[in-house]
Amino acid sequence: MSAASLSLAGRTRRRLLADPWARAGLAVLGLIALACLAGPALTGHAAERIAYDYPRTPPSLAVYPRPETIVPALERLALRMRVRAEDVAVADGTVRLTLASDRPIDERVLTFFSRSDLFGPAAVAARSADGRRLAVTAPVRETRFLLGTDALGRDLLTRILVGGRVSLALGLLATAVALLIGVAYGALAGYLGGAADAAMMRLVDILYALPFLVFVILLVVVFGRSVVLVFVAVGAVEWLDMARIVRGEALSIRRRDYVRAAEALGVSTGAILRRHVVPNALGPVVAYAALLVPKVILLESFLSFLGLGVQEPMTSWGVLIAEGARSIETSPWMLVAPAAVLVATLAALNLVGDRLRAALEPGAA
Amino acid sequence: MIPFVLRRLVQAVPTLFLVVTLSFFLVRLAPGGPFDLERPLAPSAMENLRRVYGLDQPLPVQYARYLGALLTGDLGPSFSVRDLSVAELLGRGLPVSMTLGALALLAALVLGVGLGGLAAAAKGRPLDHAVTALGTVALTVPGFVVAPLLQIAFGLSLRWLPVGGWEGGAPAHLVLPVVTLALPQAAAIARLTRNALLDVLATQPMRTLRALGLPRRVIALHALRGAALPVISYLGPTAAGLLTGSVVVETIFGLPGIGRAFVDGALNRDYTLVMGTVVLVAVFVVAFNLLVDLAYALVDPRVRHA
Repeated sequence: MSAASLSLAGRTRRRLLADPWARAGLAVLGLIALACLAGPALTGHAAERIAYDYPRTPPSLAVYPRPETIVPALERLALRMRVRAEDVAVADGTVRLTLASDRPIDERVLTFFSRSDLFGPAAVAARSADGRRLAVTAPVRETRFLLGTDALGRDLLTRILVGGRVSLALGLLATAVALLIGVAYGALAGYLGGAADAAMMRLVDILYALPFLVFVILLVVVFGRSVVLVFVAVGAVEWLDMARIVRGEALSIRRRDYVRAAEALGVSTGAILRRHVVPNALGPVVAYAALLVPKVILLESFLSFLGLGVQEPMTSWGVLIAEGARSIETSPWMLVAPAAVLVATLAALNLVGDRLRAALEPGAA
Repeated sequence: MIPFVLRRLVQAVPTLFLVVTLSFFLVRLAPGGPFDLERPLAPSAMENLRRVYGLDQPLPVQYARYLGALLTGDLGPSFSVRDLSVAELLGRGLPVSMTLGALALLAALVLGVGLGGLAAAAKGRPLDHAVTALGTVALTVPGFVVAPLLQIAFGLSLRWLPVGGWEGGAPAHLVLPVVTLALPQAAAIARLTRNALLDVLATQPMRTLRALGLPRRVIALHALRGAALPVISYLGPTAAGLLTGSVVVETIFGLPGIGRAFVDGALNRDYTLVMGTVVLVAVFVVAFNLLVDLAYALVDPRVRHA
């Protein structure tokens, strides 16, 4: 099959996949998306679980608890249980120890073990006749914090992945809204032409002059805590470029013979728009939409950074970066890790968008 | 020239009107009012406050009053900062934002055109690739990441510069905010300059200049003039945005500028302060778009005579 007979989509896909930069960008995006979708289940931590024993743990491959911290942790635990910890021995991921007290020990205190972040549920191995000595075994709960933890001891990697779901979903949602409004408006204006087109595009010009960020902040304040509504609003503001692009395409498409033929056959305006104008104008729209996603994700981060976007307990990259920026003195990884993921995503999206635009150009090889 | 300016000024009227109208009704749609406190005021006190500020009137009446006052240049009293008018509040914030914005714009322009020119001259060589790569990084890393990193590097570790505060605009306090604001703009301008220069250098007139054997310096000047158009059209909205404040930079560095005033005003439902900021920003945007068009006409005779 020759290249000329391929559909626009097929040709573009082939060109894009032949481009090493585009492949790299797509691979990074795929990896990040997959990690955000499947990753939180694989890190072994729940995003909201607070590990009181591990606040501000720096990123490392090491297994926690460190051997030297087990005995002091047991002593702290014993203090809270109002007993003494004696004969502590650690072997094969299990601690054996004897709890001693001046009064008989209530076995219910053993729940302190499973509540701690270091140990699993404890079992009684033996009990002295007077009940004042209790031989106990408990598994050591081994964990890793690959990207460290935040001020509350929540695993940062898990939180970045869970936050990524929110950031990516909002980016796609707002882009979809912008796409819908922009394509419909632009196609209609370009197809109708004449006075209707002039009036519709004049409105776009006026809206262009609005201070964009000011309006987004106003919208956020108005819609309050409803994040989804906010991003519908962002999409509703971001459709202007899309409308201009589609209108330009539609202006040239409406003079083509197949549109004339459809008109002569009495096809309705709506059907002509759906079947002829929009599909033929989609190429540049796809490229622009790909470049709009990173813009919107950045906007979300920006709003969340100011405390106007995503609210706790929900999290997003912007929220995480804001938390990181506040604790940069004590735990710089809290800023660096989410920022690196955000920047990698933005860079990959921009790269793919740019390459997509190049691949869609009719003259491209 | 003058009819052109007048026509553009007339065209700006519907834009400004739309901005005022949209934002007026948007802020009032927001739940809550300017006088909502944790402990609600006594109904009679609330009644008095609302009457003093004219909030007891129907919305269309308030709107008409606001428009009328606006036409005489009166932005009204602030609802959240007692005894100060919005004009006074904006008068305090504007010098801060404009100082930062003007310096950042200047830095971005010098840096961007310089680096873009160098990259174009070294097209395809390592310098060109280095400028492009650095520019991509500067464009992608958001300001709210750059700013804390700068603070920790130059403020906390090296202790060369203060991490924040305004202190009457002392030069040391300006460096980090200006760098944060200027970096992405410099990168964008460098990219635009490079690409525009390469486009212009490939045109027939430039080939003629080279064929005539003119010195490189002269050719570069002609090319820069030709490449100025895309840069100028980029500068318009950018300048308006920079001069009227960057919310993020003002927040991170604790600067009392317009951007911060706007966000605080919106959060406190300070209707008049929000409206005042919106109007101010919109005027800046319109003014800079006009300046861009004028600059276009100056640089490109084809625009002037069209």
